Amino acid sequence: MTPTGQEILVRVRDLRFAFGPRVIYDGIDIDIPRGKVTAIMGPSGTGKTTLLRLIGGQWRPQAGTIEFDGADVHKQSRAQLFEMRKRMGMLFQNGALLTDLTVFENVAFPLREHSGLPESMIRDVVLMKLEAVGLRGAAPLYPEQISGGMARRVALARAVALEPALVMYDEPFTGQDPISMGVLMRLVRTLNEALGLTSILVSHDVEEVLSISDYAYVVAGGKVLERGTPEAIRTSQSPMVRQFLDGKPDGPVAFNYKTSRDYATDLLGGAAA
Amino acid sequence: MKLVGIVSEFLRGLGEATLFLFTMIAALPAALLRPRLVVQQIYSIGMLSLIIVAISGSFIGAVLALQGYRTLAQFGASSALGVVVAFGVIRELGPVVTALLFAGRAGSSLAAEIGLMKATDQLSGMEMMAVDPIKRVIAPRFLAGLIAMPLLASIFSLMAIGVAGGHLVGVVMLGVDDGSYWSQIHSGLHPHDIIESLIKSMVFGVAVNWIALYQGYHAAPNSEGVARATTSTVVVSSLVVLALDFILTAFMFR
Repeated sequence: MTPTGQEILVRVRDLRFAFGPRVIYDGIDIDIPRGKVTAIMGPSGTGKTTLLRLIGGQWRPQAGTIEFDGADVHKQSRAQLFEMRKRMGMLFQNGALLTDLTVFENVAFPLREHSGLPESMIRDVVLMKLEAVGLRGAAPLYPEQISGGMARRVALARAVALEPALVMYDEPFTGQDPISMGVLMRLVRTLNEALGLTSILVSHDVEEVLSISDYAYVVAGGKVLERGTPEAIRTSQSPMVRQFLDGKPDGPVAFNYKTSRDYATDLLGGAAA
Repeated sequence: MKLVGIVSEFLRGLGEATLFLFTMIAALPAALLRPRLVVQQIYSIGMLSLIIVAISGSFIGAVLALQGYRTLAQFGASSALGVVVAFGVIRELGPVVTALLFAGRAGSSLAAEIGLMKATDQLSGMEMMAVDPIKRVIAPRFLAGLIAMPLLASIFSLMAIGVAGGHLVGVVMLGVDDGSYWSQIHSGLHPHDIIESLIKSMVFGVAVNWIALYQGYHAAPNSEGVARATTSTVVVSSLVVLALDFILTAFMFR
């Protein structure tokens, strides 16, 4: 089930990106099919969040292209990029709510900035979005007065306030209790269907993510290790994918951090550091 | 080689800060279109610094009057106390001490606020919502600081000379004639003294706000980065204010 042509909303080709000497992506190709939930999975530190920032145009790759709805993200002027971002929503890991605004005002923020709607209509839209994430009652509260899981739901309401084409979720389930996780999983899936979104879900919560995705990528070491339906990923025979899916402490991803000194020399020589 | 590295790093930072200043200035028209945001910031930057500025002004005016009176009385010129206090305050201490207090009170809080917004992805979040943080967050604060600084310095000077400082000590406590106190100020002080004082406080306002916002915006997105940005704001602003004061005074005394 490889998506083709018009079905693809985000197309990543031969993407190379490095932080100084540390290579994050070494020529990867990723297709995000329109209207689907696509998971990007991989061990910590493989640059999953980086990928979202590259798609959003916040960072520039050293080589390769990222197209959003047919337009190269990194060839846009600042104004064009901002227009493009109005069609993207992003859910940051910690919610990234504006702490000096209430829950209501946070969700109203993008509408007030961009929609030009009268205040009465903004109020209705905000209440509808908050109702969709089950937090209409929390509208007058400030971010510090709500839990982490609730903050992510508010951020989700805010991310979909402008009815974007694409929503990017950065580790939405990390650090959530089972109830919050269940709520968030259901929301990701139902909002995708109800609003006709395309979702990119970056996470390392394997089972949860695979259970709500239509398509998935496993990324590690700057490369795409596996791609396909959740079923294809689950049955992958790649040793690295297996280690990741089964949570084995040692394997292709070594338990021990790389060092040139052997253990005995280190202990006896006292030459640590 | 190490010296070359330090110098090139300093020049790189200076270039980056200069670009940041131009970006802020270019965003000022956008801030002018959002007066509510600017007024909110004038409140949190200016209004909340008011008490510390007023109290400091009162004490500094009082000390100047005490010190000035002792010297002037030796020459039977204690009636000139008003103009001595007024010159000291309006030309120097008003703008300088206000700027130092402003750096400590408002500058540090601006740097910490912006640094924390960065560390908690609030600025990135805004960018992803197609909202330019320079226009929405930085420019209104910069403009508010530019407006607040001369006002605060004026209030400092008023408190130091008239309301509670020099007047209280000189006239009420030490018995200098009320009429002489004010008439000496009236005849000794020229409008250009006040204009130069306002120019100084505006320049200091630009410097302190620029440094605070730059430090916050470029802070490393973690607790250590925010702490460093806050400290650097106070230290760098204070030194820059004192250096600028020397340069401006040298030009104005030609």
